[in-house]
Amino acid sequence: MLTVPYTTQYLSQHFADDEFTTLAGYERRGGYRAARVALGMAPADVIQLIKDSGLQGRGGAGFSTGLKWSFMPTQTDQPKYLVCNADESEPGSFKDRILIERGSHQMLEGILIAAWATGAQKTFIYIRGEYAKPAQVLQRCIDEAYSKGYLGASAMGTGFRHDVVLQRGAGAYICGEETGLLESLEGKKGQPRKKPPFPAQYGAFGMPTTVNNVETFSHVPHIVANGVQWFRGFGTEKSPGTTIFGVSGHVVRPGLYELPLGTRLDEIVFEHAGGVPGGRKVKGVIPGGMSMPILPADQLDVPMANEHLRERKTMLGTGGVMVMDDTTCMVRVASVITYFFRDESCGQCTQCREGTGWMNKIVNRIERGAGSDEDLGILLDVAAKMEGQTICAFADAAAWPIQGLLRHFRLDFEMHVHEKRCPFPGSFEL
Amino acid sequence: MVISAEARARIDAEIQKYPRKRGALLPALHIVQSELGHISAETTREVAAIFEILPVEVMEVVSFYNMFFDAPQARHHVHVCTNLPCSLRGARVLLRELEEHLDVDENGNTSDGRIHLGHEECLGACAYAPMLRIDDTYHEDLDAGKAKALLDGLA
Repeated sequence: MLTVPYTTQYLSQHFADDEFTTLAGYERRGGYRAARVALGMAPADVIQLIKDSGLQGRGGAGFSTGLKWSFMPTQTDQPKYLVCNADESEPGSFKDRILIERGSHQMLEGILIAAWATGAQKTFIYIRGEYAKPAQVLQRCIDEAYSKGYLGASAMGTGFRHDVVLQRGAGAYICGEETGLLESLEGKKGQPRKKPPFPAQYGAFGMPTTVNNVETFSHVPHIVANGVQWFRGFGTEKSPGTTIFGVSGHVVRPGLYELPLGTRLDEIVFEHAGGVPGGRKVKGVIPGGMSMPILPADQLDVPMANEHLRERKTMLGTGGVMVMDDTTCMVRVASVITYFFRDESCGQCTQCREGTGWMNKIVNRIERGAGSDEDLGILLDVAAKMEGQTICAFADAAAWPIQGLLRHFRLDFEMHVHEKRCPFPGSFEL
Repeated sequence: MVISAEARARIDAEIQKYPRKRGALLPALHIVQSELGHISAETTREVAAIFEILPVEVMEVVSFYNMFFDAPQARHHVHVCTNLPCSLRGARVLLRELEEHLDVDENGNTSDGRIHLGHEECLGACAYAPMLRIDDTYHEDLDAGKAKALLDGLA
């Protein structure tokens, strides 16, 4: 059962239906037909189809999925691998969990199609350690697919071998970064690798590898089954398809809302999630998981697609929409955010290891009423010196939300400094 | 030997799934920890021998990940998610009430070794806030009364 409010399109239309989580029930609702079609096509044609569909990765970066698949070498004797990134840990994001708990076979079908297209002999699914229950559901579905002959020595009787291995992480946000994930998968600390080489050349266990997110794989069967034109009927020209927006925080109906990309943020917050409770007003909304810069209440008239969000200096990220009402102290928000990044920095790069700690200390000093005017400049200076200076994008992800908060809510910070206390006593508590 | 024959067999089965033995290190650590409760120095040496790596290489992995423990633990791990979506909906107030209820300090254990109570970063349950995790199970849409009853019910 789904216990939160939700709206559905093709991805989540059967999620309330328990039968959908079994192989037999999934097949009765049309499942695995797309894989049969794809495994009858030339792999290059499958890649072209996904390229033409315009599907963008749903893990946060929004890169073209078909293009990513095309980077896999075709003339090679090396084994090739797929990796499914199920390490969902971006604060505010909880869509991959439901896509696994309620739709594992849909994701596995997408994996099988991607494996055929890229010539991968094995898929490693890396799921965050805390997702014990989703991991159980997924393992059961993998076992079902093996016993039906959809995975294993001859997938769907085609002679194409494909194996799926599920690995549980052990509690480290950085393992959601694709090369941090690869290191972890290899039994090491999850410290990201320098790129290049990119995973398509040197990925899991040094072999050519494509890494895609849970949701990205889940769209694939629908594109194969219904075609490019159908898929492009959802979303915008540059950002086709739907996504599942996870809405949390100060809203009447926190939930999972599958909507076309390009749906306006104010429509998501007010119509679907019911707006802010208690007659209060919105103060700010983080549109795409904690790494993405916040938008103030007067900028919510933006279509949720990267080409539009970039104009407002933010991004879609993972579609985790966090809503804050007008009681909210944005310095406290900054405190929560900087604590998180300080806690989760892998420690490899100095700018990130030190910078995340410095930002957290400065923000907490301001919140206590012990900050100075100079602190605001230091915060921005530290953020600027982290951004783009490290091995992976974690430091960027730590810098952007602070830059966003100071861009739109500088007054909150200044009031703390001048009044030497937190001027928002009614705010959520730290 | 502290690692049982059964756990060893499960580890060997995991190793078969990977092109390099070490790929099965995290699965192996999950297996031994679920059996022994934590990963002791002796366990570390045995795991290192299985994987043909140095004990220090096992230790650096154990210490990197929040879910692996190198010392004995309370019988139950209770973690309240205190990241932003949960904090906006009262998670930190809930955590403090539970600390008071159990008479434990921040990230502390009950004196009888029954419960470790701490906070945790986003658990992917943002629409069900506030929530907490007891060992491998999520408990969602909580208030102080429900949460206290859950803790009181732990053996």
